[in-house]
Amino acid sequence: MRKLLNTLFVTQPDVYLSLDGGNVVMNKEQEKLHRIPLHNLESIVCFGYTGASPGLMGYCAERSISIVFLTMNGRFLARVIGESKGNVTLRKTQYRISDDEEKSAEIARNFIVGKLFNNRSIIDRMARDYPMRVDVEQFKKASKSLLSSIREIRECTDLELLRGWEGQAAISYNRVFDDMILQQKDNFYFRHRSRRPPKDNVNAMLSFAYTLLANDMAAALETVGLDAYVGFLHRDRPGRASLALDVMEELRGVYADKFVLSLINRKEMTADDFVKKENGAVLMTDESRKTFLSAWQMKKQEKMTHPYLNEKMSWGLVPYAQALLLARFLRGDLDEYPPFLWK
Amino acid sequence: MLLLVTYDVSTTSSGGTKRLRRVSKACQRVGQRVQNSVFECIVDSTQYTQLKIELEGIIDKEKDSLRFYRLGDNYKSKVEHVGAKDSLDVEAPLIL
Repeated sequence: MRKLLNTLFVTQPDVYLSLDGGNVVMNKEQEKLHRIPLHNLESIVCFGYTGASPGLMGYCAERSISIVFLTMNGRFLARVIGESKGNVTLRKTQYRISDDEEKSAEIARNFIVGKLFNNRSIIDRMARDYPMRVDVEQFKKASKSLLSSIREIRECTDLELLRGWEGQAAISYNRVFDDMILQQKDNFYFRHRSRRPPKDNVNAMLSFAYTLLANDMAAALETVGLDAYVGFLHRDRPGRASLALDVMEELRGVYADKFVLSLINRKEMTADDFVKKENGAVLMTDESRKTFLSAWQMKKQEKMTHPYLNEKMSWGLVPYAQALLLARFLRGDLDEYPPFLWK
Repeated sequence: MLLLVTYDVSTTSSGGTKRLRRVSKACQRVGQRVQNSVFECIVDSTQYTQLKIELEGIIDKEKDSLRFYRLGDNYKSKVEHVGAKDSLDVEAPLIL
């Protein structure tokens, strides 16, 4: 497996990025702040209205270093993509399957199975590790209901039904999610998912983590030559990276949710890290966004063994590995798409 | 791995300043300048060889010299900085 390179996060809005002999240079007014060799970077993520020179964009596109522009709050604005990689045949297969409801469902159910399996692992592990602090009865119930959903979904060939099962499973998972917050219960609680805008601290963090993960996923899909915008479970909608959201389903729990939970439980984020706007939206402060990103980057560099490939890799490469497996399945090299099943 | 590249290019000889500039440019492309004529580069073995071949092509072996220190992957305990202008760790989270 290839090496995971670093990601440069630019969080100052008044910085201009330019290219100088294989380096990305951060300019602020007339001053050069930093210069970093581009061959050490996997991607550049800009927050706020940071500019980048066309020369830099071209250089990065050629070497498949992704440049992503997000708003200050992490909402996606744009991504610089170079020439489409991979071959047409692969993309055409993807489009054909996407148009076929039944075939789409066959792949989509593997994403959902992965998601439920992983969420169940989280619940089981929580009940095992903290039997005195969580309501074990409730956790066992949730775990059981997820297991029965998985069995049903394995046989399901209808997309609408599949979405129904997923919704139902989400309810039983969300019900115990609040119980998994062990620390700082006064300021961090989970009632239900709220987005655009997130209405409480936990939702603000979840939204931000999902955006980061979706970007990584989309970039990974593009590198293996798939079209991140044509999905199987999520329908096509302009500007939505449906396939990235599809494959992300199985990683939401083990990757993003667990990451957010550990930030709270290890008290790396506190109530002071959030501000509430007049319209009820809860946002992270600039300073806490940096803490969040730095922890996210640490998580990406953590090593683990991929359960299917049985190979040691960093967490940050999991989106890439799954994209690779999906491409292999579409090419016909695998009988079924193997979701990421975390134990 | 971390590679430390240091060089001495004789600027009094003919074409010396030109060679010096070309060497520093080539080093800057792959690493960061930590002191005058000292570069720290995070490279793999291919990139190391490429850089070495490139630099060897630039210098005049009669007058100039190059030194490569390979500090391996676990270099963090081997480097200590004292004084102004510490280098940027390109493998740690880069949030700027």
